[in-house]
Amino acid sequence: MFKDLSPVLLAALLSFGTAFGLSGCAAPSNPTIASSDDPYEAQNRKVHALNRQLDKKIIRPVSKAYVAVVPPEGQIVVSNFADNLALPSSIVNNLLQGNIPGAGQNTLRLVVNSTLGLAGMFDPSSDFGLTEVRSDFGETLHVWNTPQGAYLELPVLGPSSERAAVGIVVDFITNPLGNLSNGDYRKYSRAAQVAAGLGKRSQYGSTVDAILYDSADSYAQSRLFYLQNRNFTLGGTDETEYDDAYFDPYEDIYAE
Amino acid sequence: MLNKLSRRKTLMAGCAFILAPTMVSPLWAMSKAEATNLVDKLVADINKVVASGKSDAKMFADFERIFGTYADVPTIARYGLGVEGRRASKSQMRAFTKGFQGYIARKYGKQFQGFIGGEIKVKSTRKVKSFFEVKATAHLKGKAPVEIAFLVSDKSGKDLFFNLFVEGVNMLLAERAEIGAMLDRRRGNLDKMIADLRKAG
Repeated sequence: MFKDLSPVLLAALLSFGTAFGLSGCAAPSNPTIASSDDPYEAQNRKVHALNRQLDKKIIRPVSKAYVAVVPPEGQIVVSNFADNLALPSSIVNNLLQGNIPGAGQNTLRLVVNSTLGLAGMFDPSSDFGLTEVRSDFGETLHVWNTPQGAYLELPVLGPSSERAAVGIVVDFITNPLGNLSNGDYRKYSRAAQVAAGLGKRSQYGSTVDAILYDSADSYAQSRLFYLQNRNFTLGGTDETEYDDAYFDPYEDIYAE
Repeated sequence: MLNKLSRRKTLMAGCAFILAPTMVSPLWAMSKAEATNLVDKLVADINKVVASGKSDAKMFADFERIFGTYADVPTIARYGLGVEGRRASKSQMRAFTKGFQGYIARKYGKQFQGFIGGEIKVKSTRKVKSFFEVKATAHLKGKAPVEIAFLVSDKSGKDLFFNLFVEGVNMLLAERAEIGAMLDRRRGNLDKMIADLRKAG
Protein backbone atom coordinates (compact mmCIF):
# COMPACT_ATOMS: atom_id res chain seq x y z
CA MET A 1 0.00 0.00 0.00
CA PHE A 2 2.76 2.42 0.86
CA LYS A 3 4.75 2.05 -2.32
CA ASP A 4 2.42 4.17 -4.40
CA LEU A 5 1.73 6.84 -1.85
CA SER A 6 2.56 10.22 -3.32
CA PRO A 7 5.18 12.18 -1.41
CA VAL A 8 2.59 14.81 -0.59
CA LEU A 9 0.34 12.33 1.15
CA LEU A 10 3.24 10.58 2.80
CA ALA A 11 4.22 13.89 4.30
CA ALA A 12 0.66 14.32 5.53
CA LEU A 13 0.77 10.89 7.11
CA LEU A 14 4.07 11.64 8.84
CA SER A 15 2.81 14.92 10.19
CA PHE A 16 -0.30 13.12 11.38
CA GLY A 17 1.90 11.11 13.72
CA THR A 18 3.50 14.32 14.92
CA ALA A 19 0.12 15.94 15.42
CA PHE A 20 -1.04 13.11 17.60
CA GLY A 21 2.20 12.82 19.51
CA LEU A 22 1.99 16.49 20.37
CA SER A 23 -1.72 16.86 20.89
CA GLY A 24 -1.54 15.05 24.21
CA CYS A 25 -0.48 18.25 25.91
CA ALA A 26 -2.79 20.64 24.10
CA ALA A 27 -5.91 21.65 25.95
CA PRO A 28 -8.65 21.98 23.35
CA SER A 29 -10.74 24.88 24.53
CA ASN A 30 -12.12 27.34 21.99
CA PRO A 31 -13.75 26.07 18.84
CA THR A 32 -11.65 28.63 16.97
CA ILE A 33 -8.03 29.51 17.57
CA ALA A 34 -6.85 32.99 18.30
CA SER A 35 -3.56 33.70 16.57
CA SER A 36 -1.86 33.81 19.95
CA ASP A 37 -2.89 30.22 20.73
CA ASP A 38 -0.04 28.51 18.96
CA PRO A 39 1.74 26.12 21.35
CA TYR A 40 3.82 24.57 18.54
CA GLU A 41 4.97 27.88 17.14
CA ALA A 42 8.70 27.04 17.31
CA GLN A 43 8.23 23.74 15.43
CA ASN A 44 5.70 25.30 13.06
CA ARG A 45 8.14 28.06 12.16
CA LYS A 46 10.79 25.48 11.22
CA VAL A 47 8.31 23.69 8.95
CA HIS A 48 7.27 27.06 7.52
CA ALA A 49 10.88 27.89 6.63
CA LEU A 50 11.17 24.54 4.82
CA ASN A 51 7.85 25.02 3.00
CA ARG A 52 8.93 28.48 1.91
CA GLN A 53 12.18 27.10 0.49
CA LEU A 54 10.29 24.28 -1.21
CA ASP A 55 7.93 26.78 -2.81
CA LYS A 56 10.70 29.13 -3.85
CA LYS A 57 12.98 26.44 -5.31
CA ILE A 58 10.46 23.98 -6.75
CA ILE A 59 6.71 24.60 -6.54
CA ARG A 60 6.65 28.25 -7.69
CA PRO A 61 9.01 27.81 -10.69
CA VAL A 62 7.43 24.49 -11.73
CA SER A 63 3.93 25.98 -11.54
CA LYS A 64 5.11 28.90 -13.70
CA ALA A 65 6.51 26.44 -16.23
CA TYR A 66 3.28 24.41 -16.11
CA VAL A 67 1.04 27.35 -16.99
CA ALA A 68 3.53 28.53 -19.62
CA VAL A 69 3.61 25.15 -21.39
CA VAL A 70 0.07 23.83 -20.95
CA PRO A 71 -2.57 25.95 -22.73
CA PRO A 72 -5.43 27.30 -20.55
CA GLU A 73 -7.94 24.82 -22.03
CA GLY A 74 -5.65 21.94 -21.04
CA GLN A 75 -5.29 23.31 -17.53
CA ILE A 76 -9.07 23.46 -17.18
CA VAL A 77 -9.40 19.83 -18.33
CA VAL A 78 -6.78 18.74 -15.78
CA SER A 79 -8.38 20.69 -12.95
CA ASN A 80 -11.88 19.39 -13.87
CA PHE A 81 -10.55 15.84 -13.85
CA ALA A 82 -8.90 16.30 -10.45
CA ASP A 83 -12.03 17.98 -9.03
CA ASN A 84 -14.19 15.10 -10.22
CA LEU A 85 -11.88 12.63 -8.43
CA ALA A 86 -12.37 14.51 -5.18
CA LEU A 87 -16.18 14.22 -5.36
CA PRO A 88 -16.67 10.74 -3.83
CA SER A 89 -14.77 11.85 -0.74
CA SER A 90 -16.88 15.03 -0.50
CA ILE A 91 -20.08 12.98 -0.83
CA VAL A 92 -19.05 10.69 2.04
CA ASN A 93 -18.43 13.76 4.20
CA ASN A 94 -21.67 15.50 3.10
CA LEU A 95 -23.49 12.38 4.32
CA LEU A 96 -21.53 12.17 7.59
CA GLN A 97 -22.56 15.78 8.26
CA GLY A 98 -26.19 15.05 7.49
CA ASN A 99 -26.01 17.40 4.48
CA ILE A 100 -28.36 15.41 2.25
CA PRO A 101 -28.96 18.17 -0.37
CA GLY A 102 -25.18 18.62 -0.66
CA ALA A 103 -24.62 14.89 -1.07
CA GLY A 104 -27.39 14.75 -3.69
CA GLN A 105 -25.98 17.67 -5.64
CA ASN A 106 -22.45 16.20 -5.60
CA THR A 107 -23.73 12.77 -6.64
CA LEU A 108 -25.65 14.20 -9.60
CA ARG A 109 -22.55 16.18 -10.47
CA LEU A 110 -20.38 13.07 -10.33
CA VAL A 111 -22.77 11.15 -12.59
CA VAL A 112 -23.15 13.96 -15.15
CA ASN A 113 -19.47 14.92 -15.30
CA SER A 114 -18.26 11.30 -15.41
CA THR A 115 -20.53 10.52 -18.38
CA LEU A 116 -21.45 13.66 -20.38
CA GLY A 117 -18.24 15.26 -19.13
CA LEU A 118 -16.12 12.38 -20.47
CA ALA A 119 -14.68 10.90 -17.27
CA GLY A 120 -14.65 14.28 -15.58
CA MET A 121 -12.54 16.15 -18.12
CA PHE A 122 -15.35 18.63 -18.71
CA ASP A 123 -17.76 20.23 -16.29
CA PRO A 124 -21.25 20.41 -17.85
CA SER A 125 -22.80 20.18 -14.34
CA SER A 126 -21.82 23.74 -13.47
CA ASP A 127 -23.76 24.95 -16.52
CA PHE A 128 -26.85 23.32 -14.98
CA GLY A 129 -26.15 25.03 -11.67
CA LEU A 130 -24.84 21.85 -10.07
CA THR A 131 -21.78 23.43 -8.47
CA GLU A 132 -19.45 21.54 -6.18
CA VAL A 133 -20.28 21.35 -2.46
CA ARG A 134 -16.72 20.63 -1.40
CA SER A 135 -16.20 19.04 1.97
CA ASP A 136 -13.60 17.17 3.94
CA PHE A 137 -13.38 15.14 7.13
CA GLY A 138 -11.94 18.16 8.95
CA GLU A 139 -15.29 19.87 8.31
CA THR A 140 -17.15 16.74 9.43
CA LEU A 141 -15.24 16.88 12.73
CA HIS A 142 -16.23 20.56 13.00
CA VAL A 143 -19.88 19.67 12.45
CA TRP A 144 -19.51 16.99 15.13
CA ASN A 145 -18.32 19.73 17.53
CA THR A 146 -14.71 18.60 17.70
CA PRO A 147 -12.53 21.57 18.69
CA GLN A 148 -10.09 22.87 16.09
CA GLY A 149 -7.11 22.17 18.35
CA ALA A 150 -3.82 23.97 17.91
CA TYR A 151 -2.54 25.54 14.72
CA LEU A 152 -0.17 23.35 12.68
CA GLU A 153 1.90 24.02 9.63
CA LEU A 154 2.28 20.73 7.77
CA PRO A 155 5.25 19.92 5.54
CA VAL A 156 4.35 20.47 1.85
CA LEU A 157 0.62 20.88 2.61
CA GLY A 158 1.08 24.10 4.56
CA PRO A 159 -1.21 25.77 7.13
CA SER A 160 -3.55 23.44 9.00
CA SER A 161 -4.82 22.61 12.46
CA GLU A 162 -4.84 19.47 14.61
CA ARG A 163 -8.42 18.83 13.57
CA ALA A 164 -7.84 19.48 9.86
CA ALA A 165 -4.70 17.29 9.86
CA VAL A 166 -6.66 14.36 11.30
CA GLY A 167 -9.26 15.03 8.60
CA ILE A 168 -6.66 14.84 5.83
CA VAL A 169 -5.50 11.41 6.98
CA VAL A 170 -9.03 10.04 7.43
CA ASP A 171 -10.00 11.34 3.98
CA PHE A 172 -6.96 9.66 2.51
CA ILE A 173 -7.57 6.28 4.11
CA THR A 174 -11.30 6.25 3.44
CA ASN A 175 -11.22 7.71 -0.09
CA PRO A 176 -13.58 5.39 -1.98
CA LEU A 177 -11.47 5.68 -5.14
CA GLY A 178 -8.29 4.64 -3.36
CA ASN A 179 -9.57 1.11 -2.74
CA LEU A 180 -11.62 0.54 -5.85
CA SER A 181 -9.30 1.62 -8.63
CA ASN A 182 -6.42 -0.17 -10.26
CA GLY A 183 -2.78 0.94 -10.27
CA ASP A 184 -2.71 2.78 -13.61
CA TYR A 185 -5.84 4.76 -12.89
CA ARG A 186 -4.43 5.74 -9.54
CA LYS A 187 -1.19 6.94 -11.13
CA TYR A 188 -3.06 9.16 -13.61
CA SER A 189 -5.30 10.55 -10.94
CA ARG A 190 -2.36 11.43 -8.68
CA ALA A 191 -0.62 13.12 -11.62
CA ALA A 192 -3.77 15.10 -12.35
CA GLN A 193 -4.09 16.14 -8.73
CA VAL A 194 -0.48 17.34 -8.58
CA ALA A 195 -0.86 19.21 -11.90
CA ALA A 196 -4.11 20.80 -10.71
CA GLY A 197 -2.28 21.88 -7.56
CA LEU A 198 0.40 23.55 -9.67
CA GLY A 199 -2.32 25.33 -11.65
CA LYS A 200 -3.85 26.62 -8.40
CA ARG A 201 -0.48 27.83 -7.17
CA SER A 202 -0.21 29.94 -10.29
CA GLN A 203 -3.85 31.11 -10.26
CA TYR A 204 -3.56 32.44 -6.74
CA GLY A 205 0.06 33.42 -7.39
CA SER A 206 -0.11 37.08 -6.41
CA THR A 207 -1.85 36.33 -3.10
CA VAL A 208 0.51 33.51 -2.18
CA ASP A 209 3.55 35.57 -3.20
CA ALA A 210 2.34 38.52 -1.14
CA ILE A 211 2.04 36.34 1.96
CA LEU A 212 5.18 34.24 1.52
CA TYR A 213 7.63 36.76 0.09
CA ASP A 214 6.43 40.33 0.72
CA SER A 215 5.49 40.03 4.38
CA ALA A 216 7.75 40.99 7.29
CA ASP A 217 6.57 37.81 9.05
CA SER A 218 5.27 35.34 6.48
CA TYR A 219 4.60 32.72 9.15
CA ALA A 220 2.28 35.01 11.13
CA GLN A 221 0.45 36.15 7.97
CA SER A 222 -0.03 32.56 6.71
CA ARG A 223 -1.43 31.57 10.11
CA LEU A 224 -3.80 34.53 10.25
CA PHE A 225 -5.00 33.99 6.67
CA TYR A 226 -5.54 30.27 7.19
CA LEU A 227 -7.39 30.54 10.51
CA GLN A 228 -9.71 33.34 9.38
CA ASN A 229 -10.40 31.84 5.97
CA ARG A 230 -11.03 28.37 7.40
CA ASN A 231 -13.38 29.86 9.97
CA PHE A 232 -15.20 31.70 7.18
CA THR A 233 -15.48 28.54 5.06
CA LEU A 234 -16.79 26.43 7.93
CA GLY A 235 -19.03 28.94 9.66
CA GLY A 236 -19.82 31.23 6.73
CA THR A 237 -23.54 30.89 7.24
CA ASP A 238 -23.54 31.30 11.00
CA GLU A 239 -24.15 35.01 11.36
CA THR A 240 -23.67 35.26 15.11
CA GLU A 241 -20.23 33.70 14.92
CA TYR A 242 -19.45 35.97 11.99
CA ASP A 243 -20.50 39.07 13.90
CA ASP A 244 -17.84 38.49 16.55
CA ALA A 245 -15.20 39.38 14.00
CA TYR A 246 -16.97 42.68 13.40
CA PHE A 247 -15.42 44.77 16.13
CA ASP A 248 -15.76 48.51 15.92
CA PRO A 249 -12.40 50.29 15.71
CA TYR A 250 -14.12 53.60 16.54
CA GLU A 251 -15.02 52.30 19.97
CA ASP A 252 -11.78 50.61 20.95
CA ILE A 253 -8.88 51.63 18.83
CA TYR A 254 -6.23 49.96 20.96
CA ALA A 255 -8.15 46.75 21.61
CA GLU A 256 -6.09 43.58 21.35
CA MET B 1 -22.34 67.20 -7.91
CA LEU B 2 -25.37 69.37 -7.25
CA ASN B 3 -27.51 66.60 -8.55
CA LYS B 4 -25.94 64.07 -6.18
CA LEU B 5 -26.38 66.36 -3.23
CA SER B 6 -30.01 67.03 -3.83
CA ARG B 7 -30.71 63.34 -4.38
CA ARG B 8 -29.07 62.56 -1.08
CA LYS B 9 -31.01 65.30 0.69
CA THR B 10 -34.27 64.05 -0.77
CA LEU B 11 -33.43 60.54 0.33
CA MET B 12 -32.56 61.68 3.84
CA ALA B 13 -35.70 63.75 4.08
CA GLY B 14 -37.74 60.79 2.88
CA CYS B 15 -36.17 58.51 5.43
CA ALA B 16 -36.62 61.02 8.21
CA PHE B 17 -40.25 61.45 7.30
CA ILE B 18 -40.96 57.72 7.26
CA LEU B 19 -38.90 56.86 10.32
CA ALA B 20 -39.55 59.98 12.36
CA PRO B 21 -41.98 58.43 14.86
CA THR B 22 -39.70 55.46 15.64
CA MET B 23 -36.36 57.19 15.24
CA VAL B 24 -34.03 56.85 18.20
CA SER B 25 -30.70 57.48 16.49
CA PRO B 26 -29.79 61.01 15.40
CA LEU B 27 -31.11 62.24 12.06
CA TRP B 28 -27.67 62.30 10.46
CA ALA B 29 -27.03 58.58 11.03
CA MET B 30 -26.38 56.93 7.69
CA SER B 31 -29.00 54.84 6.00
CA LYS B 32 -28.75 51.42 4.44
CA ALA B 33 -29.15 53.00 1.01
CA GLU B 34 -26.24 55.35 1.67
CA ALA B 35 -24.00 52.49 2.77
CA THR B 36 -24.86 50.53 -0.36
CA ASN B 37 -24.39 53.63 -2.47
CA LEU B 38 -20.86 54.19 -1.13
CA VAL B 39 -19.79 50.63 -1.95
CA ASP B 40 -21.56 50.77 -5.35
CA LYS B 41 -19.47 53.82 -6.26
CA LEU B 42 -16.28 52.30 -4.80
CA VAL B 43 -16.78 49.08 -6.74
CA ALA B 44 -17.54 50.98 -9.97
CA ASP B 45 -14.29 52.92 -9.54
CA ILE B 46 -12.26 49.75 -8.89
CA ASN B 47 -13.85 48.00 -11.90
CA LYS B 48 -12.99 51.01 -14.07
CA VAL B 49 -9.31 50.99 -13.02
CA VAL B 50 -9.03 47.20 -13.40
CA ALA B 51 -10.53 47.37 -16.91
CA SER B 52 -8.40 50.36 -17.98
CA GLY B 53 -5.30 48.26 -18.65
CA LYS B 54 -3.01 51.08 -17.40
CA SER B 55 0.59 50.53 -16.27
CA ASP B 56 1.22 49.26 -12.72
CA ALA B 57 2.39 52.65 -11.47
CA LYS B 58 -0.71 54.43 -12.82
CA MET B 59 -3.04 51.78 -11.44
CA PHE B 60 -1.45 52.02 -7.99
CA ALA B 61 -1.85 55.81 -8.10
CA ASP B 62 -5.52 55.32 -8.97
CA PHE B 63 -6.00 52.80 -6.16
CA GLU B 64 -4.34 55.18 -3.71
CA ARG B 65 -6.81 57.89 -4.71
CA ILE B 66 -9.73 55.44 -4.43
CA PHE B 67 -8.59 54.26 -1.00
CA GLY B 68 -8.27 57.90 0.12
CA THR B 69 -11.74 58.74 -1.20
CA TYR B 70 -13.76 55.80 0.11
CA ALA B 71 -11.88 54.57 3.19
CA ASP B 72 -11.39 56.09 6.62
CA VAL B 73 -7.62 55.96 6.17
CA PRO B 74 -6.63 57.65 9.49
CA THR B 75 -8.74 55.17 11.50
CA ILE B 76 -7.49 52.13 9.58
CA ALA B 77 -3.88 53.33 9.88
CA ARG B 78 -4.22 54.03 13.61
CA TYR B 79 -5.73 50.59 14.18
CA GLY B 80 -2.89 49.03 12.17
CA LEU B 81 -0.33 50.68 14.42
CA GLY B 82 -2.16 49.51 17.55
CA VAL B 83 -0.70 50.34 20.98
CA GLU B 84 2.45 51.69 19.29
CA GLY B 85 0.28 54.60 18.16
CA ARG B 86 0.27 55.92 21.74
CA ARG B 87 3.95 56.81 21.68
CA ALA B 88 3.87 58.24 18.13
CA SER B 89 4.21 62.02 17.80
CA LYS B 90 1.75 63.93 15.65
CA SER B 91 4.22 64.25 12.79
CA GLN B 92 5.14 60.55 13.03
CA MET B 93 1.44 59.70 12.90
CA ARG B 94 1.02 61.89 9.83
CA ALA B 95 4.01 60.29 8.08
CA PHE B 96 2.81 56.83 9.03
CA THR B 97 -0.73 57.44 7.75
CA LYS B 98 0.60 58.77 4.43
CA GLY B 99 3.01 55.84 4.03
CA PHE B 100 0.27 53.41 5.00
CA GLN B 101 -2.09 54.75 2.33
CA GLY B 102 0.46 54.11 -0.44
CA TYR B 103 1.40 50.72 0.99
CA ILE B 104 -2.24 49.55 1.05
CA ALA B 105 -2.82 50.87 -2.48
CA ARG B 106 0.16 48.88 -3.81
CA LYS B 107 -0.54 45.75 -1.80
CA TYR B 108 -4.27 45.48 -2.53
CA GLY B 109 -3.81 46.93 -6.02
CA LYS B 110 -1.65 43.93 -6.90
CA GLN B 111 -4.47 41.66 -5.79
CA PHE B 112 -7.03 43.62 -7.81
CA GLN B 113 -4.91 43.08 -10.92
CA GLY B 114 -5.90 39.43 -10.66
CA PHE B 115 -9.47 40.67 -11.25
CA ILE B 116 -8.70 41.72 -14.85
CA GLY B 117 -11.48 40.42 -17.08
CA GLY B 118 -13.74 40.05 -14.06
CA GLU B 119 -16.15 42.28 -12.21
CA ILE B 120 -17.18 43.05 -8.63
CA LYS B 121 -20.91 43.15 -7.89
CA VAL B 122 -22.64 44.39 -4.73
CA LYS B 123 -24.97 41.72 -3.32
CA SER B 124 -26.55 42.77 -0.06
CA THR B 125 -26.43 45.24 2.83
CA ARG B 126 -27.35 44.72 6.47
CA LYS B 127 -26.95 46.66 9.69
CA VAL B 128 -24.51 45.16 12.22
CA LYS B 129 -24.07 46.91 15.57
CA SER B 130 -23.51 50.58 14.77
CA PHE B 131 -22.44 50.15 11.17
CA PHE B 132 -23.35 48.48 7.88
CA GLU B 133 -21.97 45.40 6.21
CA VAL B 134 -22.06 45.52 2.42
CA LYS B 135 -21.39 42.18 0.77
CA ALA B 136 -19.99 41.94 -2.73
CA THR B 137 -18.78 39.15 -4.98
CA ALA B 138 -15.85 39.39 -7.36
CA HIS B 139 -16.67 37.28 -10.41
CA LEU B 140 -13.34 36.35 -11.94
CA LYS B 141 -12.39 34.82 -15.25
CA GLY B 142 -11.67 31.11 -14.86
CA LYS B 143 -11.51 31.26 -11.04
CA ALA B 144 -13.88 30.63 -8.18
CA PRO B 145 -15.76 33.81 -7.17
CA VAL B 146 -14.30 35.80 -4.26
CA GLU B 147 -16.53 37.06 -1.43
CA ILE B 148 -15.77 40.54 -0.13
CA ALA B 149 -17.47 42.31 2.78
CA PHE B 150 -17.06 46.06 3.36
CA LEU B 151 -17.85 47.56 6.76
CA VAL B 152 -19.18 51.10 6.37
CA SER B 153 -19.68 53.77 9.02
CA ASP B 154 -20.21 57.54 9.24
CA LYS B 155 -18.50 57.93 12.61
CA SER B 156 -15.61 59.80 11.01
CA GLY B 157 -18.13 62.45 9.92
CA LYS B 158 -18.41 61.03 6.42
CA ASP B 159 -19.71 57.78 4.96
CA LEU B 160 -16.55 55.68 4.60
CA PHE B 161 -15.51 52.05 4.83
CA PHE B 162 -13.26 51.18 7.78
CA ASN B 163 -12.60 47.47 7.25
CA LEU B 164 -12.94 44.82 4.61
CA PHE B 165 -13.01 41.04 4.64
CA VAL B 166 -11.80 39.04 1.64
CA GLU B 167 -12.98 35.43 1.92
CA GLY B 168 -13.22 35.99 5.66
CA VAL B 169 -9.75 37.50 6.09
CA ASN B 170 -9.97 40.70 8.13
CA MET B 171 -7.89 43.56 6.73
CA LEU B 172 -7.57 45.43 10.06
CA LEU B 173 -6.23 42.34 11.85
CA ALA B 174 -3.94 41.30 8.97
CA GLU B 175 -2.44 44.81 8.78
CA ARG B 176 -2.01 45.14 12.53
CA ALA B 177 -0.06 41.85 12.50
CA GLU B 178 1.99 43.00 9.52
CA ILE B 179 2.78 46.48 10.88
CA GLY B 180 3.70 44.84 14.22
CA ALA B 181 6.11 42.49 12.41
CA MET B 182 7.63 45.40 10.48
CA LEU B 183 8.18 47.26 13.75
CA ASP B 184 9.74 44.18 15.38
CA ARG B 185 12.15 43.91 12.48
CA ARG B 186 13.26 47.49 13.20
CA ARG B 187 13.42 46.81 16.95
CA GLY B 188 10.51 49.14 17.56
CA ASN B 189 12.00 52.13 15.72
CA LEU B 190 8.95 53.93 14.35
CA ASP B 191 10.82 56.19 11.91
CA LYS B 192 12.71 53.32 10.33
CA MET B 193 9.49 51.30 10.03
CA ILE B 194 7.75 54.25 8.34
CA ALA B 195 10.66 54.48 5.87
CA ASP B 196 10.26 50.71 5.15
CA LEU B 197 6.52 51.14 4.70
CA ARG B 198 7.06 53.61 1.85
CA LYS B 199 8.79 50.85 -0.12
CA ALA B 200 6.62 47.93 1.03
CA GLY B 201 3.49 46.44 -0.53
